[in-house]
Amino acid sequence: MTTILGIETSCDETAAAVVDDGRDVRSSIVSSQVDLHARYGGVVPEIAGRAHEALITPVVAEALVEAGAADNDIDVVAATCGPGLVGSLLVGVAAAKALALVWDVPYIGINHHEAHLYAALLDEHDAEVQFPLVTLLVSGGHTMLISFEGHGRYRLLGATRDDAAGEAFDKVARYLGLGYPGGPVIDRLASEGDPTAVPLTRAMLDDGYDFSFSGIKTAVINWVRAHPEVATADVAASFQACVTDVLTHKARKAAREMSAAGICLAGGVAANSALRERTLDICMEDGINAYLPSRAMCTDNAAMIAATAWYRLASDGPSNLDGGADPNLRIDFLN
Amino acid sequence: MLVLGIETATPQVGVAIGGHEGIIASFHTTRDRRHAETLVPAIRFLCEQAQMKLSQIGLVAVDVGPGLFTGLRVGLATAKSIAHACRVPMIGVSSLDLTAFPARFSDRLIVSTVDARRGEIFYATYRRAPGGIQLMSPPAVDQPADVAAQLMATGAETLIVGDGADRYAEMLGNVRGAEIGREGLRHPNAGALVELAHARALREEFVSPSEIAPMYLRAPDARINWQQRERS
Ligand SMILES: [Zn+2]
Repeated sequence: MTTILGIETSCDETAAAVVDDGRDVRSSIVSSQVDLHARYGGVVPEIAGRAHEALITPVVAEALVEAGAADNDIDVVAATCGPGLVGSLLVGVAAAKALALVWDVPYIGINHHEAHLYAALLDEHDAEVQFPLVTLLVSGGHTMLISFEGHGRYRLLGATRDDAAGEAFDKVARYLGLGYPGGPVIDRLASEGDPTAVPLTRAMLDDGYDFSFSGIKTAVINWVRAHPEVATADVAASFQACVTDVLTHKARKAAREMSAAGICLAGGVAANSALRERTLDICMEDGINAYLPSRAMCTDNAAMIAATAWYRLASDGPSNLDGGADPNLRIDFLN
Repeated sequence: MLVLGIETATPQVGVAIGGHEGIIASFHTTRDRRHAETLVPAIRFLCEQAQMKLSQIGLVAVDVGPGLFTGLRVGLATAKSIAHACRVPMIGVSSLDLTAFPARFSDRLIVSTVDARRGEIFYATYRRAPGGIQLMSPPAVDQPADVAAQLMATGAETLIVGDGADRYAEMLGNVRGAEIGREGLRHPNAGALVELAHARALREEFVSPSEIAPMYLRAPDARINWQQRERS
């Protein structure tokens, strides 16, 4: 058994987790700085860096205690080394390398986006995950349709040409006066609304695997302007259904074309109820697997870092202790 | 008691190990401001050369600034993690103390500086005292022209040290009675950190990692980096 301590400090969450063999999450501590940044309406890099420095040691200590892990139980220390805010990333990288040095165990730097892909495979006790999988990576910063062909093997099928899916949720929520972040509040309201109330065109449905959400957002705003009496819950439900239809339609098309063994969701928008339900339905209908991360594993956490490290260690081995952080790190796609 | 000292407040990375017998090993580099990349390999190298294990360390001392924000955070995150994993206490020392300490044999007023960027310097003043130096004015951040004006007003003989003095040597060196001290006085010294911390440790002035915080001396710049904003 390999026990990995994972550390994540790429944006506004300070997180640490202990995971066995890429699957068994023994602890996952996430200390959110959302309140510190809320008054600015976005993440302030210097405030984030200061908070990570103050929180890193207590968060790591809590993760070790909750896992019941003694120092000599940890076999590997992993940290997110990119992409993200460089001043934040370096706090986690520095802490991870220091711990690896003291415990005399390997250190490994992990790509944050790749870790989101692996969040869906946490708690997978199946002996072998079947590949290829089609993964929808949907967050406030990204919308990508990825062919997950094996451990460490990814092909980019399509991406958004304008707004990310999560960004569209935030912008519509702001227009409707629902506050920030927009995803959870639209999700909640939509459950009480009629998803057919607002007629919205499903953009670019038959146009390859790229996405466009800017038009949907504009159509929602124009329709509400023309129909000010419409119930906000109906708008939320219609918008959410439209985004969900577009995302799942393309994921399904890709899965059929590639004879995929399943569909995975990843990233913050993967916590959306409608997207999760629709994905489950599609997979059931097509007789393939659905890999949905638990809601806590959709947003930034360190368990996904520790899990990814287990696979990366097996294929690539440890990172050098002179490694730093890369704020623009990308997934190494095959295409 | 063996003390590990970690210093990353300026473009320099400094590490030293020592105890009651003085400094056993030390390492300094000012190349490329690569704190995160250089620091842990430097500590490993130092332990190898000193033929010791980190588990033999009884105290971790760290430069708490003022200085480069990211450098400080890398140094503190590293130092706190080592102290936490080795279950040993910590001592934090100001970068300005560490830059002034090697100049302690001068009878002049010692002005210790660190380049604060954006046209400012961090600085504090010291006097020679039995066994070391005594702080005369607390750490502050100011424009070098204002610091020069203050020194002019005191009329004292001064020795100005640190990379802030180096950068604004023309302005500060022109003050009557002032001299810029360079050789060995440009950056906070990791050996001084170990010696000062060892002396304080004998007086049991150590704290737990959670009580160590960087001395920023500046409010955070609340500019939002929209490009890097990624909620997921
Ligand atoms: Zn993320």
